[in-house]
Amino acid sequence: MSDNNKMNETMIGATALMKALEKEGVKEVFGLPGGANLPMYDELGKSNIRHILVRHEQSAAHMADGFGRVSRKPGVCFATSGPGATNLLTGIATAQADSAPMVAVTGQVPVAMIGKDAFQESDIIGMANPALKYSYQPRTPEEIPTMVKQGFYIAETGRPGPVLLDIPKDVQQNEANIPFPDEVRVPGYHPWTDPDMQNTARAVELLLSAQKPIILAGGGVIISSAFAELQSIAELLMIPVVTTFKGKGAFPEDHPLSLGPIGMHGHAEANKLMTEADCVLAIGTRFSDRSVGTFEEFEKNLKIIHMDVDPAEIGKNQTTSVAVVGDVRTSLRIFGKLLMDKAVRPSDDNPWLKHVKETKQYWRENLKLHPGEMGAAKILRKLRELLPKESIVTTEVGQHQMWASLFFDAIHPGTFFSSTGLGTMGWGFPAAIGAKTARPDVPVVDIAGDGSFNMTEHSLATAVLEDLPVIVFLINNYSLGMVAQWQRTFYDRRMVGVDLKKCPDYVKLAESYGAQGIRAQSMDELEKAIKDGLNSDVATVIDIPIDPEEDVLPFVAPGTGLKDMILPS
Amino acid sequence: MVWAILSIKVENKPGILFKVTHLFRSRNFNIDSISVGVTEDKKYSRMTITTIGDEKQITQIVKQLDKMIDTIEVRRLDVNNSVYRELVMFKIKVSKPEDSMEINKLASAYSAKTHDAKKESIIVEMTATPHQISAFEELAKKFGIKEMARTGITALEREEHEH
Repeated sequence: MSDNNKMNETMIGATALMKALEKEGVKEVFGLPGGANLPMYDELGKSNIRHILVRHEQSAAHMADGFGRVSRKPGVCFATSGPGATNLLTGIATAQADSAPMVAVTGQVPVAMIGKDAFQESDIIGMANPALKYSYQPRTPEEIPTMVKQGFYIAETGRPGPVLLDIPKDVQQNEANIPFPDEVRVPGYHPWTDPDMQNTARAVELLLSAQKPIILAGGGVIISSAFAELQSIAELLMIPVVTTFKGKGAFPEDHPLSLGPIGMHGHAEANKLMTEADCVLAIGTRFSDRSVGTFEEFEKNLKIIHMDVDPAEIGKNQTTSVAVVGDVRTSLRIFGKLLMDKAVRPSDDNPWLKHVKETKQYWRENLKLHPGEMGAAKILRKLRELLPKESIVTTEVGQHQMWASLFFDAIHPGTFFSSTGLGTMGWGFPAAIGAKTARPDVPVVDIAGDGSFNMTEHSLATAVLEDLPVIVFLINNYSLGMVAQWQRTFYDRRMVGVDLKKCPDYVKLAESYGAQGIRAQSMDELEKAIKDGLNSDVATVIDIPIDPEEDVLPFVAPGTGLKDMILPS
Repeated sequence: MVWAILSIKVENKPGILFKVTHLFRSRNFNIDSISVGVTEDKKYSRMTITTIGDEKQITQIVKQLDKMIDTIEVRRLDVNNSVYRELVMFKIKVSKPEDSMEINKLASAYSAKTHDAKKESIIVEMTATPHQISAFEELAKKFGIKEMARTGITALEREEHEH
């Protein structure tokens, strides 16, 4: 590594860490102290960086993740060695699965103790390796600033991801003459490729020659902020847009060309039209099984144009006709320019578009919904109605998450976030706190289920004490609802391990942490509760009991294709 | 299924062999053989990994390896245009006096060296292609192979215009 070193200063490793983080513009760190990161915490206390204390390190990682997805800058989390570090693991793996920028900093036992099975020693680099974009373990204080600078560069560029910095305690404590590089180079790292012009031109030709074209927008559109580019191409060509679940929020869901997410619990019209299309422009997606169903079925009679920043995604799950590798925003700009040069005019009287409009209208009017007053669609549409469009929404994992996908429209770009890849229950609430840290100016709501909320509900302490008033919109069926749905559907109603037995009382739980707890059992109560939450100075939990038998439909069973989706009967 | 030789230049740092092999494990790829050593530039090591898979899998392996930050260069060698060899040692049983001579004869037919000729066994060292090694192994079986150790393949591609 050749680094342009500037000005050395004498200090201990922990001071160098804080200075290096400050140089990266870090203002907040989410974490929990322990024996092996005490020197860092001592210096953190002297720095200008705000510490947001968690009650469990997993929540620190999710907060950093939520912060990172919203700000598109790495969120930073701190944990001590051993169990502190292993508690971060789920959060690190979640960030990796959803390409979220994160820098995790763990304390480690002193260098001479590594490998001696010391107290609170764990080989966190070895354990976390497959879930990391990169990792560092400095053996001298001098290495720290370079590693921090490289770590941030790696975490936030190309396809973002988590980077781990594991710092032995003596390396934090020892004094040295420490260089702070202004620039770093990482020889084996090539985050961006310039989109190939010929392939882009071929992609344009292919899409223009299609009879039934469709655009599939993935999470990559959100990561690279390619919202405007996507919208102008869709409008120019009058091509309908479906998204993956991770791509929800890549295209305004109130737009006439929007069909919403495809997938296991995609919109009926989106799944249906996706299977009818003859050519897809797929942007920033890895063709997850949850989005496309079986790979062989998906690519039948379908020409795939695949734009992605990660060359390893091309051809991994689906066979592509044309691939354009590069930052998708850049690729879409070039794509759009080539279209402009061809002076393509929008036409909205073609038979495909007519069919698209009819199909969309049919399903929007005819999808059978739960008849109860507090059915999932009704409560989520009420939330959408009352929530300002710029609000940020996170979700937990389960039925509520899929209902949010179906019935809560993401309208402003990049305002909807979920653990879509790893599917981590307990992600949404701490991620919402991280999001609120990044964007204190907008309302932040965690659309939650009770099973997931249980996993990180201790973060109420952080939300209250750190003055981060997020709203937990708790769709409560007192059960592990998605598992229950699968047991009802595939296991002949043999319900095992899914009944959560009205425990705890979420209003009392919220109040015990000093948060606001409101139970909403009617639409009027719900409306008032949402308004109270939006006006509150403290975090609010809105407990919304629902029918535990309500299923999420449509449903594409695992191992089947989108065309086999199960519809409400 | 095809057999492929991958030549991977990596930074000569601790922990990289672990990451490369971990990638094979977590992506469900096979390692057929692996050999590692420093290159002409001491900053780098070269790993030679042979693997078996279908074309799609091998393309994926190359891409995933290329994506790794610690890999500087990843190449799939053209098997027909590369020199690839493996070092193997056999400890072959000597049951009767004439075995010793026969083993020596067999070894020299394969340009192999013999070491440590004792009453009970001979160590044969050969550098050859996997195909030749298998052929020798078959022939040596009649004496009895007590132990065998092999290094895994290492390889270099011929330069294109060198004929």
